[in-house]
Amino acid sequence: MKRIYLDNNATTAVRTEVLEAMLPFYREQFGNPSSIHWAGRSVSEAVEEARERVARLLNARPEEIVFTSCGSESNSLALRGSVDFFEARDRHVITTAVEHPAVLNSVRFLEKQGVAVTVLPVDGDGLVDLEQLEVAIRPDTILISAMWGNNETGTLFPVAEIGAIARRHKIRFHTDAVQAIGRVPVDVQAAEVDLLSLSGHKFGAPKGVGALYVRKGTGLTPLIHGGHQERGRRAGTLNVPGIVGLGVASELATADLDRQVPRIRALRDRLEAGILSRISEVRVNGHRQQRLPNTLNVSFAYIEGEAILLFLDMQGVAASSGSACMSDSFGNSHVIDAMGVDPMMANSSIRFGLGPDTDEEDIDFVLEILPPIIKKLRDMSPFYSEKAAG
Amino acid sequence: MYSDKVIDHFTNPRNVGVIADADGVGEKVSASCGDRMKIFLKVSDGVIEDIKFQTYGCGAAIASSSMMSELVVGKTLEQALALTNDDVAAALDGLPAPKMHCSNLAADALHEAIKNYQDKG
Repeated sequence: MKRIYLDNNATTAVRTEVLEAMLPFYREQFGNPSSIHWAGRSVSEAVEEARERVARLLNARPEEIVFTSCGSESNSLALRGSVDFFEARDRHVITTAVEHPAVLNSVRFLEKQGVAVTVLPVDGDGLVDLEQLEVAIRPDTILISAMWGNNETGTLFPVAEIGAIARRHKIRFHTDAVQAIGRVPVDVQAAEVDLLSLSGHKFGAPKGVGALYVRKGTGLTPLIHGGHQERGRRAGTLNVPGIVGLGVASELATADLDRQVPRIRALRDRLEAGILSRISEVRVNGHRQQRLPNTLNVSFAYIEGEAILLFLDMQGVAASSGSACMSDSFGNSHVIDAMGVDPMMANSSIRFGLGPDTDEEDIDFVLEILPPIIKKLRDMSPFYSEKAAG
Repeated sequence: MYSDKVIDHFTNPRNVGVIADADGVGEKVSASCGDRMKIFLKVSDGVIEDIKFQTYGCGAAIASSSMMSELVVGKTLEQALALTNDDVAAALDGLPAPKMHCSNLAADALHEAIKNYQDKG
């Protein structure tokens, strides 16, 4: 059975070039980059080269890149590190209802510590109202955190406009760009971003490495205390192979924007159009235009998402669902819910995340097997037969 | 995550459908995840002669509906009333822990259908 991986928003395979670049840093060049001797020096050079590559990807300066262990750590450091930095004053933080749990749960943690929080709602496309954002700003607001691209629906926030609002009010702006890297251009100058989170494994680097862009002059209190690594912003011996891999993946990501993304977008559009023409009562979740080019989130009325995923999986297709049955906490996806989607539709949402390895054959196979799966489940559903009976 | 028996019953569910002239109809909805099972019974001399089900829900919900229907067809109403959700899960070689309290409703739905039949009597 052919295996078709359409869950690239969850994670991606490490790219061949990335893995090859990493391998020497396990055995031959194993030194600690903080050491001054021969073993450390060459490793330190490799780390700094990776830092330059990540900086180039974001149009930032190398000294503005802090290596972390993952996107969640980057988000936590941006939020908690900012709030702790302003400990001497009243603090208010603004975020949105559709952020990744790494942001939302950090914000809830801060709320328990006494930080005032505003969580902005979104419309049916998953977008925030910028006027509402401006109204939410108070004299004690220290931070706006709004994601670049949504991990469930792919909806892209107008980050440059949010950045301009933050700048005008002299508030720092953090964006979780974990899903955006390698899929849309990400420029911290154009978007006037102060803090930006990214995660290696979402774009061909390994799991266990991420980065936080910290604009020069943006003070942060570290989460991890210890040595002087990362200019005192993040202690701990560096994950050298991961960082080297992140550097190479960053270079590839920039090249991908021209080379791969148009192809992936065309395949995603083919999948979307194919589903809409072959299956009735389908809803595309997310903004149809302002959306990550690799992401399609779609709901099928009268049935439940996990059941769809199981049938897809049996035929070799890996995708993801926002169904209540898939979450640990039992509740539909907070993202789809926040968009005001009917709970039954939210419960059947399937996310297809295309990647560099996806080809036309994969998409056509999904389009072939999906309609019978949906029909089989609808034929079992009491909601569907009641609807048919009128 | 799922046993072979769950996958078998999910892939090829037994007794899916409706009985137009059912003697008893019952349903159960999960408060936590919205799974819904609807059961149709044909009863003769206190024995379940035929059973059909419709289920909205995950793999565990569909498999437990199917397994329940196999366990009670040909059984007396007393035997069917003695069946528990846990019995159904055990017959499936178990269900993942998070599914035990949301999708494992088949015996409850069956009991609703039996109650509906008895109320008519």
